[in-house]
Amino acid sequence: MRLKTIVGALAIAAATVGTSAAQDVQNDRFKEVLDRGVLRVGVQGAFRPWAFRAPDGTLQGIEVDLAKTVADRMGVKLEPVVITSANRMEFLKQGKVDLLIGAMSDRPDRRKVVGIIEPAYWTSGPTLMAKAGVIKSWDDIKGKPVCGKQGVFYNKIAETEFGANVIAFGGNTEAKQALRSGKCIAWVYDDTSIAADIASGEWEGFEMPVDTVFSNPWGAAVPLEEQSGIWGAFMAGMAYNWHKDGTLIELEKKWGVKPSPWLAKMHEQLTYDNSYLNN
Amino acid sequence: MLDLFAPFFQRLYETTGINFTPFYDPYDWGRLLEGMWVSVQLILAVIAVSMVIGVVGAGAQTSKLRIVRFLVAAYIEIFRNTPPIVQLLFFYFGLGAITPQVDMGGWYEPVIGSFGWAVIALGIFGGSYNVEIFRAGVDAVPETTKEAADALGFSDFKIFAYITLPLAFRFSLPALTNNVISLAKTSSLAYVIAVPEITYTLSNIWSDSVNVPEMMILLFLYYIVLVAIIAWVMGWLERKLALPGYGQ
Repeated sequence: MRLKTIVGALAIAAATVGTSAAQDVQNDRFKEVLDRGVLRVGVQGAFRPWAFRAPDGTLQGIEVDLAKTVADRMGVKLEPVVITSANRMEFLKQGKVDLLIGAMSDRPDRRKVVGIIEPAYWTSGPTLMAKAGVIKSWDDIKGKPVCGKQGVFYNKIAETEFGANVIAFGGNTEAKQALRSGKCIAWVYDDTSIAADIASGEWEGFEMPVDTVFSNPWGAAVPLEEQSGIWGAFMAGMAYNWHKDGTLIELEKKWGVKPSPWLAKMHEQLTYDNSYLNN
Repeated sequence: MLDLFAPFFQRLYETTGINFTPFYDPYDWGRLLEGMWVSVQLILAVIAVSMVIGVVGAGAQTSKLRIVRFLVAAYIEIFRNTPPIVQLLFFYFGLGAITPQVDMGGWYEPVIGSFGWAVIALGIFGGSYNVEIFRAGVDAVPETTKEAADALGFSDFKIFAYITLPLAFRFSLPALTNNVISLAKTSSLAYVIAVPEITYTLSNIWSDSVNVPEMMILLFLYYIVLVAIIAWVMGWLERKLALPGYGQ
């Protein structure tokens, strides 16, 4: 019995050492992808226009286009893999995908699990959807009914910061139905989701009239142990270029997403000032 | 009032992590008070509507017209046999879409708001039970009593209003108490159409502050106290209305 305990403790210790060793930079993934000739990228399955299944069955959208730029640069084929919010980080850890490009908000708890790439490629935050022409600024919702979804912390912001009277429903469908039938002046929710609704063409006569209050960036992600290795550095370079050469702004146009001030600002910030070359 | 106990609950949170936000955060405190008040109003209105429907329905059941009796039976079948949550959604989103609305510049202030629809939907739901409860009371009134009134020259309506109903009400009280308490609890379902009653309010607070167990405790205590008060009032009514030697 005593012996078993000791052996067990040693096994655990060995496993711990093994894990901590795994935290060191590994550089297998980049070579693996090149050898395989196929890059597997985790994208969302039903989030128009970020990643969704087109009528012909193929995956399309902004995330897929971004993944394509990575595959092209590496000279390999792209294989988009549909992931869900619940399983995506596991997929990356287990090696089922090499890279995640899928609405991954950059949060501290996620940074402990996966290697989030800087710079981020997109952001999202609270904004409003309303009938065209009704709302001009956040102040317009003061003292008026605004629909929301129960359990979303944006509701509190709308009430405490902007004085709205939030009517929160159990699901998005009910809340949006209430907006459609005019039970509230606007709907407060995530700007990417609202942009997606408007881009879907089912919200004719509605608009996203105000800027988001704050934004939480979305990053691509590589396995944690490769973040500071070649794979992570390569992806950081890719993300930098998406901003610098205007890829993201082009995709915004291509997919009919409302131009985001954040993308414009990033494009400006990440463009290297090489005016000295003209001297 | 909040100033009295806010420091205690603030300290409780800082030292133990037990987070009763409404007892130290003025915003949540306001939400809690409003939620409690809306909830009480909702319950009283629903009980009142369901009682009226119960009495009218039980009266209509004794009608000589077959069509009236059929309509009451159909009403009971429809509203007793469907879930109240479905009725709330149907009334609010279904009928609410075709009822008149006032344009307020971008949004419509409906003539009947979510509170109004909750009172109507839950009142009709509770009323369908009350009809049957009052019917049991009406059936329990001895035929001979009614015949005596008939012999004295009372019309059918007067017999119902002055003889049958007051006696039936007494017989119905125990079952009525059950239904009223059940209705008081069902009122919490109104959160699905965003009536800012206590369940809605507290669930909003716990999604903001992730203090689910604490707010659950508050919710439990609220309903326990409220239902105890209702039960006490109904018990008092039963004792007050008791006729010596009748139905005892």
